[in-house]
Amino acid sequence: MELMIEVKDVQFDYLSYEGQEVAALNGVTLDVKKGEFVVIIGHNGSGKSTLAKHFNALLKPSKGVVLIKGIDTRDEDMVWEIRQTAGMVFQNPDNQIVATIVEEDVAFGPENLGLPAEEIRIRVDEALKTVGMDKYANSAPHYLSGGQKQRVAIAGILAMRPEVIVLDEPTAMLDPSGRREVIETIKYLNKHEGITVVHITHYMEEAVDADKVIVMEQGKIVLQGTPEDVFSQVEVLKGIGLDVPQVTELAYRLRVEGLDVPQNLLRVEEMVDAICQL
Amino acid sequence: MSIVVENLTHVYMKGSPFESVALDDVSFEIQDGEFVGLIGHTGSGKSTLVQHLNGLLKPTKGRIIVDNIDITERTKSSKWLRQHVGLVFQYPEHQLFEETVYLDIAFGPKNLNLSNDEVEKRVREAMELVGLDYDSLKDRSPFEISGGQRRRVAIAGVLAMKPKVLILDEPTAGLDPKGRDEILGQIKDLHRERGMTIILVSHSMEDIAKLVDRIIVMNNSRIALMGKPEEVFSHVDELQEMGLDIPQIAHVIRGLRERGMDVPENIYTVEQAAAAILAMVRGRSNA
Repeated sequence: MELMIEVKDVQFDYLSYEGQEVAALNGVTLDVKKGEFVVIIGHNGSGKSTLAKHFNALLKPSKGVVLIKGIDTRDEDMVWEIRQTAGMVFQNPDNQIVATIVEEDVAFGPENLGLPAEEIRIRVDEALKTVGMDKYANSAPHYLSGGQKQRVAIAGILAMRPEVIVLDEPTAMLDPSGRREVIETIKYLNKHEGITVVHITHYMEEAVDADKVIVMEQGKIVLQGTPEDVFSQVEVLKGIGLDVPQVTELAYRLRVEGLDVPQNLLRVEEMVDAICQL
Repeated sequence: MSIVVENLTHVYMKGSPFESVALDDVSFEIQDGEFVGLIGHTGSGKSTLVQHLNGLLKPTKGRIIVDNIDITERTKSSKWLRQHVGLVFQYPEHQLFEETVYLDIAFGPKNLNLSNDEVEKRVREAMELVGLDYDSLKDRSPFEISGGQRRRVAIAGVLAMKPKVLILDEPTAGLDPKGRDEILGQIKDLHRERGMTIILVSHSMEDIAKLVDRIIVMNNSRIALMGKPEEVFSHVDELQEMGLDIPQIAHVIRGLRERGMDVPENIYTVEQAAAAILAMVRGRSNA
């Protein structure tokens, strides 16, 4: 299958407060295939946002190579090509909205591509419809809820017709219903629009339906695999201060006590079934 | 310090086309030393409610009595009130403004006309309470430290006023699990060791379930449910209708009970669930 993102032995150095060179990323290698839904988890300072910023050339590796659809992100001439291929959504919706009317905000990207007005109209309408915000096309963004604002930000990226969307903790500042809206939107884009998704979060529940989960700690990848594989490593995850879903933790505790339940349980129904079979 | 709220109603922009009722006839009591969780989705009225408790907003109707003093009308009491009822806003680190961590935390106590020694003592104590190292951090700029540390500096600024009641509006929003557990642990200690009355506003049912004595659920400007965690969490369908969710583990217990398994109903933490399932399975093998 076609590779959308290839990260090969990447290191990224920056200067710390004390003036020392610190490696925020240290020997990271991974790839994301076309159409995949990849979740990256790690706590603050683990390097996950630094990694994400490499996916659309906001940052460039100090060592190693990042290829987006085969294009090297260090190639200055290809920056716009890369940013059109991989769009980014950030944590705080208020920092990403630039216009005073929703549809104007969504039009901002395509306008900067120099597209004809009719084409922009089509893209804006489509993008707002896809995220379920078409009703609010003429609203002022500051009257929207956090989840709605974040969906407008996603529509703004969609209007650029990217093949990959990278979301850096898009749900961290939202309430549970806002979080649900955004997650459903992201899943829809992946399943029905065929967009490759890289979702960065520290909410484990959001990783349950991913194709692949990558766990970062101190600039390195510590675990990588299907959600079942990764969440079964309860001790490793807890050791680096991450949560596991309550169901997975319950399975872990029951196993420690000698009960015969599978360790790779992620969902409520699976847990109920397993206990009923004891 | 006890808090009594009687028939509290608050209407924003009354008499204008934008008039909206944020609180509608809300009544409850909080006992001295209680730890209460306040939940409700965005727009349910919980932030409006907590802003009444330290006098930032005045009721349109109704009364609020703090420590047997009616704070509803008497504006003279607002200085006293703000000193005794500390309110930590959402994203409080956005309010840091001083050049150093020390100066930021000292800002409140300095305005109480305390001696320099007393101010320093309070800053040290407040930093210790939130787990910040005084010597290595006091001279740092609050803008150079990590997000979790910034949030704790902001909380320390409120604690340095030595409030009797501490209200925290979503103190863990945006923090990672480690930062969240640290802050919740410190809040728990403030309650246990210092006997502070605490009101915790949160979206996270898991956090609330672990910490509080009692839960107040707000919906559509009213109190929808109030009681011990196990009582409130037993209203699964109502909570879901309000856009709230019960802890994942409570869903497991519910599923088990629906399948006829013999586990008690009022379980909402992983520890309790593990114990109950073990008891059930072992009870069976002994029979």
